[in-house]
Amino acid sequence: MIEFSNISKSYGSVQAVEHINLKVEKGELFGLIGPDGAGKTTLIRMLTTLLLADEGNVLFSGKDVVKDYLYVRNNVGYMPGTFSLYQDLSVEENLNFFATAFGTTVKANYHLIEPIYVQLEPFKKRRAGALSGGMKQKLALCCALIHKPEILVLDEPTTGVDAVSRKEFWEMLQGLKAEGLTIFVSTPYMDEATMCDRIALIQDGHILDTDTPTGIVAKFNYTLLALTGKYKQETIELLRSMEQVKNAFPFGDSIHITLRNGYSVKEIEGLLQKNSVAYEKLEPAKPVIEDCFMDLMTSH
Amino acid sequence: MRTILFLLRKEFLQIFRNKGMLPIIFVVPVVQLLVLVNAANFEIKNIRFAVLDNDQSQTSHELVQKLIATNYFILSGNLKNEAEAQSYLAKRKADMILEIPQKFESDLERMHSASLHMSVNAIDGSAASLVSFYASSVILDFNRQIVVDQLRLPYNPTLPIQTESRYWFNPELEYSSFMTPGILAVLVTMVGMFLSSMNIVREKEIGTIEQLNVTPISKPQFIIAKLAPFWLIGMFMLAFGLTVGELIFRFPILGNLGVLFGFAGIYLIAVLGMGLFVSTITHTQQQAMLISWFFIVIFVLMSGLFTSIDNMPDWAQKITWFNPMAYFVELIRMVLLKGSRFTDVSHHFAVMTGMAVVINAFAVFNYRKRA
Repeated sequence: MIEFSNISKSYGSVQAVEHINLKVEKGELFGLIGPDGAGKTTLIRMLTTLLLADEGNVLFSGKDVVKDYLYVRNNVGYMPGTFSLYQDLSVEENLNFFATAFGTTVKANYHLIEPIYVQLEPFKKRRAGALSGGMKQKLALCCALIHKPEILVLDEPTTGVDAVSRKEFWEMLQGLKAEGLTIFVSTPYMDEATMCDRIALIQDGHILDTDTPTGIVAKFNYTLLALTGKYKQETIELLRSMEQVKNAFPFGDSIHITLRNGYSVKEIEGLLQKNSVAYEKLEPAKPVIEDCFMDLMTSH
Repeated sequence: MRTILFLLRKEFLQIFRNKGMLPIIFVVPVVQLLVLVNAANFEIKNIRFAVLDNDQSQTSHELVQKLIATNYFILSGNLKNEAEAQSYLAKRKADMILEIPQKFESDLERMHSASLHMSVNAIDGSAASLVSFYASSVILDFNRQIVVDQLRLPYNPTLPIQTESRYWFNPELEYSSFMTPGILAVLVTMVGMFLSSMNIVREKEIGTIEQLNVTPISKPQFIIAKLAPFWLIGMFMLAFGLTVGELIFRFPILGNLGVLFGFAGIYLIAVLGMGLFVSTITHTQQQAMLISWFFIVIFVLMSGLFTSIDNMPDWAQKITWFNPMAYFVELIRMVLLKGSRFTDVSHHFAVMTGMAVVINAFAVFNYRKRA
């Protein structure tokens, strides 16, 4: 459905993305996951015909995005990273505007947006600028869907949205996927990875790995420890300096420690006591996407 | 076409929802016309003059009365001596001092000649020359009267030719008739450039252009929909300003308004093209505003609105050839005050059409939808 082949792009001397290869299947909910500045938006802007690649080509439904840009524009539902609707137009006017821009009507595709739009309905006369963050996001999604696109492309849709709205938003995406829509979404939040069918981890313009979330976690075959209790920055530095430790980084309230193969918890415990580091617990933990990302990032 | 129509609908919705827009359309023309036309006035009226009459004769009184009778001069005091005259000038109680020497009348009668002394406050040089010009012409007239009436001389060989000036196209040298059309030209230009460039850049600034670019709306459709509302607003403001100006200042409208509005239509296309160009090189409304401002100041100063182009140095006159506003200012004055017909201003039409084509081609070329 979407295919990036050998894509490179630089802005002046900054290499944004380099030799990217990605394939998204029909009906998939695909997540592009990586920190700010990794190159997510660059890839999305190329896919949505807003940016030209220096090298390589992108296929959208089997069509080249440069040659067939009009096809792409007619069939993509795009939600940019920043709120891009008319703040001085009402909810209704925005929706009508984008429907007409695509040569359709709100009525014709109402079934597609209905589950989302019902929540907006009470505010339909309100100016978009006066909506709350979560409502704005829902309106943006409705506007991106109103022409029944083949592929929905979302650039960091959950950035700056509260936890409840984030969860709600992913549920909406699951619902749309069930309707048969292909969804390509980027996010800096690692915990959202599990909501996707497949994900690509991206860092510094390179794809670290592409797989299902469980597949990526399964590839992680190191011992992972979680150190809980109050810790200091020095503790992380101390852990990183140990030859047994492959990786150590703060994870929520704790520290996640990846051990090099052949070492065990005991040795770390011993070293921590020797350096009289206070902690509550040190116990094995189940790896999550973030641990995999950190590991792939350091070994890259 | 359908796309353009609904885009236009959206533009008008937004324009009239903008709280600043209605005042700009209706208040700005009135304020500009009232303030600028009345304030920027080169006419000299109410010249205060004081008389140091050392003669106190019938003739000297008649001369003073004649000055007052012109309505340009107001007698601000009868002076007693030279020192008082100096202080009147210094304290700006008088713009001009007329000193009539002793034996003014008797000299005239005996020797058929007499002299007068006139001092003018020349802090404002152009005003001073106008004051002395007005006063001299009154005195000259008075002189002739004496020659004819009192001395009963049939013919004076020293005044063989009498010049009688007549100011064509603005016989009373009414300053507002001269300024109002020019101010209207400035207004139309401002709408064309400021509002249109800011309106396009706003889509960039707010980010809506990002969403809009990923729609089948084409580049020409977008540009036409963005510029057309300001074309209409510009034409409306010209009509509105013309009506207000006519009601307040009663300037003559001698020519065909069709010619004026026809030209304004082409002119607006050129100026809107410039607004489009400004929007292509800027990213925020502030930047667009500053750059438009830069152009407008140059256009106004080089347009012949305040200072006549004929008085500019040669190189500056050549620059004005490239200033669209100069053509509009000239044309609007020609049509309104002189009653010029289309054949008289066909040159203006040709140049402006050329400018509109070149500017818009350049702006559209510069406006890239894709990076």
